Amino acid sequence: MSRSTWYLLALAAGMFAVAPWIINAAPNEATMGLVYKIYFFHMPSAWMFLVSAIVAGVASIRFLFFRKPTADHWAVAAAELTVLFGAFTLVSGPLWARKAWGVWWQWDPRLTSSLVLFLMFIAYNLLRRYGGPGSDKLGAGMAIFAMFNVVFVWVSVNYWRTIHPPTSVVPSLPVAMGIPLWFCVTAFTLLFIVLLRMRARLEHQRARVEALYLAEES
Amino acid sequence: MSAFFRVAWIVMKKDLTVEVRSLEIVSTTVFFAVTVVLMFSFGLVVEGRAVRDVAPAILWIASAFSATLALGRTFERERLNDTVLALLLAPSDRPALYVGKLAGILLLLALVELFLVPLVGLLFNAPIFAHAGRLFLLLAGGSLGFCAVGTLFAAMLLRARSRDVLLPIMLYPMTVPVMIAGVRGTAALLQPAPDLAMAQFWLGLLGAFDVVFVVLALWTFEPVMTD
Repeated sequence: MSRSTWYLLALAAGMFAVAPWIINAAPNEATMGLVYKIYFFHMPSAWMFLVSAIVAGVASIRFLFFRKPTADHWAVAAAELTVLFGAFTLVSGPLWARKAWGVWWQWDPRLTSSLVLFLMFIAYNLLRRYGGPGSDKLGAGMAIFAMFNVVFVWVSVNYWRTIHPPTSVVPSLPVAMGIPLWFCVTAFTLLFIVLLRMRARLEHQRARVEALYLAEES
Repeated sequence: MSAFFRVAWIVMKKDLTVEVRSLEIVSTTVFFAVTVVLMFSFGLVVEGRAVRDVAPAILWIASAFSATLALGRTFERERLNDTVLALLLAPSDRPALYVGKLAGILLLLALVELFLVPLVGLLFNAPIFAHAGRLFLLLAGGSLGFCAVGTLFAAMLLRARSRDVLLPIMLYPMTVPVMIAGVRGTAALLQPAPDLAMAQFWLGLLGAFDVVFVVLALWTFEPVMTD
């Protein structure tokens, strides 16, 4: 692992260790009280969920159309992280919803499209895991579709009632709430970058080992 | 351009000729669709009466299941006879093969839906002839969207392991928008007071999905089918 990855990892770990105190120091929200603080975990996960899906899609385009073999390694790494951060998002969301809306789940556009995106990337990972030879191209085709499809899922479910708080609340947050939020966003972004680099490096090395085996056989 | 469509036409004709001679996919898929509808009926009929507004959902789910089956079988046939290689070696545009395959599968699915729609109408008291033209357009648009993605994925999966289970896993989440538009549009037509404006709206959305799905599939078919 490169030295910069170690530094980033240490920094992310430190920030995650300090985060509970910073979140604790934020004031309670007027109507929801303490419960809203799940938001400091939920929103950064949701952002990283989307970012990793986009990284997987873009890397797949590079792999499939520009024939960059290493781009596939980034796509694999990002696709796994999409499932990871998607799971964070889809677990923390209902915990908040149960208190705020009184139900665990609502067929709201944001929730539905997140769930579908999550399912598509689980399918991608199943394909990569069990698809056998050639599944790299298949996966790339699927990831490209998944990336574009998110927009459609969004549009098609948007005609149901929306109760999810809009993202436009972010700039309007008071400073005392904004600081912990941006702190958590930074921590999650660092975590994402570290995990992505580590996972992609593993894929690079796996490809090199495979190439060595092939070279020895022939 | 005419060469493109000629290849697509030949591929489609080949598939249909094979199918007409054996009737394997049509007969099994139609019967499969009928059993799916019956399974739903047993689950959804309470005290001798169907639960309200289930007809569109059953119609679309049964169509999607049948399409998945037909897609899998069509490409399995190519694989078993090792004719995939012959198809790919043909001196023609790869996307033309895709279009030919897609057209063949769409025709098969249309045949299945020809049985499916009256059956659902009969069993669930749905007024399928009230707006037959719009219902036809919705089914055509939905089938095109579903099969556009399905044909690409089934073709990609030809060489993969566990392709039988991977096809629905990949296809169903991907076609959620088509399902939503199809079911909502059909529901707007079949409800006691049909909402034509709503049906029209979903039909338009389906059209937009179809265009993008077909373009994306044509765009990715070439690189994913090339070694």
